[in-house]
Amino acid sequence: MLKIRNLSKSFNKDMDNEIEVFNRFNLDIEANRCTAIIGPNGCGKSTLLNIIGGNIQEDEGQIVLKNKDISNLREEKRAIHMGRVYQDPSMGVSPSLTILENMSLADKKGERFTLRRLIKKRNMDRYIDLLKDLDLGLEDKLDTKVQFLSGGQRQSLSLIMAAMKYPDLLLLDEHTAALDPKTSNVVMKKTKELIEKYSITTIMISHNMRDAIAYSDRIIMLDRGQIILDRPSKDVTEEELITIYRTKLDEAIA
Amino acid sequence: MNALIITSLEQGLIFAILAMGVFLTYKILDIADLSVEGTFPLGAFIFAKFIAMGLSPIMSTLIAFCFGALAGLLTSTLFTKLRIKPLLAGILTMTILYSANLKVNGRANIPLFSYGSIFDHGIATKLGSSIALLIAIVLLIKIVLDLFLKTESGYLLIATGDNESLVRSLGENSDKYKVMGLMMANGLVALSGALMAQYQGFADITMGSSIIVVALASIIIGDTIRKSSNRIRGTTRAILGAVIYRLIGGIAIDLGLEPSDLKAISAIIVIIFISYNNFAGDIFGFKNGKGRESYAENKESIEEF
Repeated sequence: MLKIRNLSKSFNKDMDNEIEVFNRFNLDIEANRCTAIIGPNGCGKSTLLNIIGGNIQEDEGQIVLKNKDISNLREEKRAIHMGRVYQDPSMGVSPSLTILENMSLADKKGERFTLRRLIKKRNMDRYIDLLKDLDLGLEDKLDTKVQFLSGGQRQSLSLIMAAMKYPDLLLLDEHTAALDPKTSNVVMKKTKELIEKYSITTIMISHNMRDAIAYSDRIIMLDRGQIILDRPSKDVTEEELITIYRTKLDEAIA
Repeated sequence: MNALIITSLEQGLIFAILAMGVFLTYKILDIADLSVEGTFPLGAFIFAKFIAMGLSPIMSTLIAFCFGALAGLLTSTLFTKLRIKPLLAGILTMTILYSANLKVNGRANIPLFSYGSIFDHGIATKLGSSIALLIAIVLLIKIVLDLFLKTESGYLLIATGDNESLVRSLGENSDKYKVMGLMMANGLVALSGALMAQYQGFADITMGSSIIVVALASIIIGDTIRKSSNRIRGTTRAILGAVIYRLIGGIAIDLGLEPSDLKAISAIIVIIFISYNNFAGDIFGFKNGKGRESYAENKESIEEF
């Protein structure tokens, strides 16, 4: 599904403070599964997601999505094949527009934006159905501006907007990290339901070990641009991950 | 007093077009575009140039719109392609336009009394007065803008000002919409400048100075009208704001204020209305501006260790 080949990336290249994040890094992501990438700060997981999404240009290497090399595609061209939910609840939505307007925009993703009216009555039922699945009562707030929604509601809406056009790949960038624990759980549950219902290939980065194990099929732990653990989620325990995590943190501090 | 109100209304309507243009950049795209200080007189000078060449007032006014749009293209290219900060890009365009405006006709002041204007055109006489003609023009522009903002492209323009990463995630280049917005805005500002030149009977290089304050004052005054209501569109607010602003200015002059003091008064009006907006926000708990609320980090995973 997604193949990353010989990926190299350094920041501040050829300068005194050069930081090498990846050196000939390889990774394969299987279709229709949820892969969680975890690791301490600075391990490269966010950089990896940004390189896949096209926000950061890799120095070398190929990103191949569905047998198509997308390495040279600009961010907005890649975005047509991907959905992404960010940590910041305001990143995936347009706060001054209503839920209906936001969903109508997301529904046009990858198509040409013309001078026709955006809001089409005939699509409303589908949006309402999608919102009903969330079970947050958003289906009754179609005309509410998104800026008046809570962080959890916005993230859930971002999630639907990212997933409603069935992307080849869904990137979840610590998308519950900014929410309180209770809301975070709700959003994670909804996320799992949604990606299973639509069988969307998903990469999720997280700092929360329990979530990573509970909601993914495969766990990859990164440390300084290397894969140090790669196992089915059912075969790892939280304690085990935390032990490795701690050791790596101690090493980093030492 | 009556004549004063009519003059203020007419000028207010001309400024309403300016305000709708600046509304596109300042409110929708969230960009402070200072190039309007140059595009307003540009509209006047381009109008003067083409009317003197023998074109009709309507054609000359439309050409002024097009040249304004080109000025918007320049500013937006400076910040999308050359990555100059929007504020500086606007100042640079404004500076270029100062020289360009003087070059258009070779003079800093051009009397236009001897030429026709759209105010003595057949349409104006049919409608009865300049006010009726101006209302018709302003309403036409407002309706077109409102319709545009309901289209797919229009919503992307709004989203660009709101959250560029959303626009890119939809597979669209947000720079395209900034260019589009800046071109429309500066076209409208130049159109307003061309109308002002015809109204006052001359084009002058100083007519653009601190015009951005006039535009901002109009928008800010418009925003205070039934502040929490979602029903009043931004374009309506800009129009009402411009007219109210001009009426306040007219009354101030009528009360004995020197016309030369009007600029300071404009700035003070902006200060008063902005602080009123801020205070109203504090007192009544209104939400101000675009809603990017702060959020608390989820510390759960950290606490686990």
